[in-house]
Amino acid sequence: MNGVGSVATMVAVEDDVSVSQQKTRHRAQIKRVRTNRRLLLPAIVFLILLTQIPFLVTIGFSTIRWNLLYPNDVGFTGFDNYASVFSSGDLWPSIIATVLITSLSVVLSVLFGLLFAILLDRKLPGRAIARTLMITPFLLMPAAAALIWKYSMFDTNIGIINWALRMLGLDQVSWSTNYPLWTVVIVLTWQFTPFMMLILLAGLQGQPGEVLEAAKVDGAGTWRTFTWITLPHLRVYVEIGVLLGTVIILQVFDPIAILTKGTGGTKTLAYLLYERAFIGLDVGQAAAYGVVTVILMIVIATITLKTLFKVFMAGGNR
Amino acid sequence: MNAATKNALINIGTWILVLLFFFPVFWMFVNGFKPESVASSINPRIFFDPSTEGYSLAMARGMGGYLRNSVIAASVATVIVIALAVPAAYALAVRKIKSVENALTFLISTRFMPLAAVVLPLFMILKTLDLLDNVVMLAIVYGAVNLPVAVWMIRSFLLEVPFEIVEAARVDGAGLYREMVRVVLPLVMPGIAAAALICFIFSWNEYFLALLLTSAGGRTTPPFLGSFVDGRGQFLAVLSAAATVAALPVIIAGWVAQKQLVRGLSLGAIK
Repeated sequence: MNGVGSVATMVAVEDDVSVSQQKTRHRAQIKRVRTNRRLLLPAIVFLILLTQIPFLVTIGFSTIRWNLLYPNDVGFTGFDNYASVFSSGDLWPSIIATVLITSLSVVLSVLFGLLFAILLDRKLPGRAIARTLMITPFLLMPAAAALIWKYSMFDTNIGIINWALRMLGLDQVSWSTNYPLWTVVIVLTWQFTPFMMLILLAGLQGQPGEVLEAAKVDGAGTWRTFTWITLPHLRVYVEIGVLLGTVIILQVFDPIAILTKGTGGTKTLAYLLYERAFIGLDVGQAAAYGVVTVILMIVIATITLKTLFKVFMAGGNR
Repeated sequence: MNAATKNALINIGTWILVLLFFFPVFWMFVNGFKPESVASSINPRIFFDPSTEGYSLAMARGMGGYLRNSVIAASVATVIVIALAVPAAYALAVRKIKSVENALTFLISTRFMPLAAVVLPLFMILKTLDLLDNVVMLAIVYGAVNLPVAVWMIRSFLLEVPFEIVEAARVDGAGLYREMVRVVLPLVMPGIAAAALICFIFSWNEYFLALLLTSAGGRTTPPFLGSFVDGRGQFLAVLSAAATVAALPVIIAGWVAQKQLVRGLSLGAIK
């Protein structure tokens, strides 16, 4: 009897404990959520202040008539600025320039990056030095890179490329006048090849050794091993490279500003916007260009993001 | 052709390609030490009497001040980014938080917004507040540009911290501050270093915002270099010297921290 009673009290006590435990756990949970907010909030507020609010202001500007030449004639115009953006005929060539420059540079730098990654994954005398030299173009200040190419490489008089062409008895080429798009693509490819190489090199080094060994034992040749084992393994690395490269090159400004100033089919959306906003004087129209550009870029970026998440979230969730 | 010869040929071919690829950087370095008349000559010369004329000319154009501003802009931006990114990444990784994906999407989407779209109102706001041409303000803007990337990177390092360590610290009664600073952060120092490096490199090299938001006293090195485009006469030696000085800090930092660079550039996706 006594024993039974004590068991009953023990159970009751245990119940009590678990209830209060639950309460404390619940309280801890709430506290944790609050601390999380407190930790995250400064970063979010900072970003909202510096990126989201200015964007809202841009949308506001885009609906008003505001030309710096006529400061007294400011007023609401609704969608007039957008109408002039779409009827100006600047937008379509700019979209084409953006897509061409971005895709050509990304594809070429992936191909060259793959070539160099394969070559530098082999045993090579002085390999560490070769890799170090290879990554330098990516570290070089982009404005400096564009200037160096413009004057010491492409220039008609003092450029090395034309000197080499003359040495070979060929006609010299006025690069930035005759091939403006390619000068931009060449410089961008040169800068982003190391970036792709680094990512693909990490991929090559992450190849499981046993699989390669097994393929060798099974008598697969170099080419078969490469196409059947290495390339599929590299796929995810190529994806990461392409996505990140696309996001960065989409917004690229420096080589265009320095090499061509947007002439000859190189006026990308980013450069067009710069021209409208800071060379032109029509604030309202510039803002409308800004909004349209953001929407266009978001369309391109959303496609990119979807894939990005697939790649990152696979390894990231706990 | 036997395997050894083939191997040697590929090695030689590889080195030729690497040196060709590196050539523009090498040529920049060499031209910086040429007298102007040699640098701008039609026939390129490899042998010449080295001179530091280019460097003294670059300094005479006030490069010292621009470099100083670059150092301030990049360092202040890096400090801001790390100070904000570490707690945010911590909330998104070690402490479980609802809608982590929403927060991450928001962060990264701010990085997709073309800077040009934000810079117009930013320009006008800063103009009204009389904060244009202010290098610290430029650093704050750089902070906003680099913060999302840093949060992603540091989070990816934090995800590798075994959660048991954190639990153990909590059971031992460690407060949030101790849990973060004493237990977790030392484990992810390489990640924080990588994020800081990437932020410093991007801020040091940034041209567009520096061109628009600064004009004289707050101007950094990239727009100073860009101003050579409108130059007249011969200027290849002074340009090469200036470009070498401007690029050197980042090149050396990148060479030293190659490993962190890969991880950082891929937002932590590649280990």
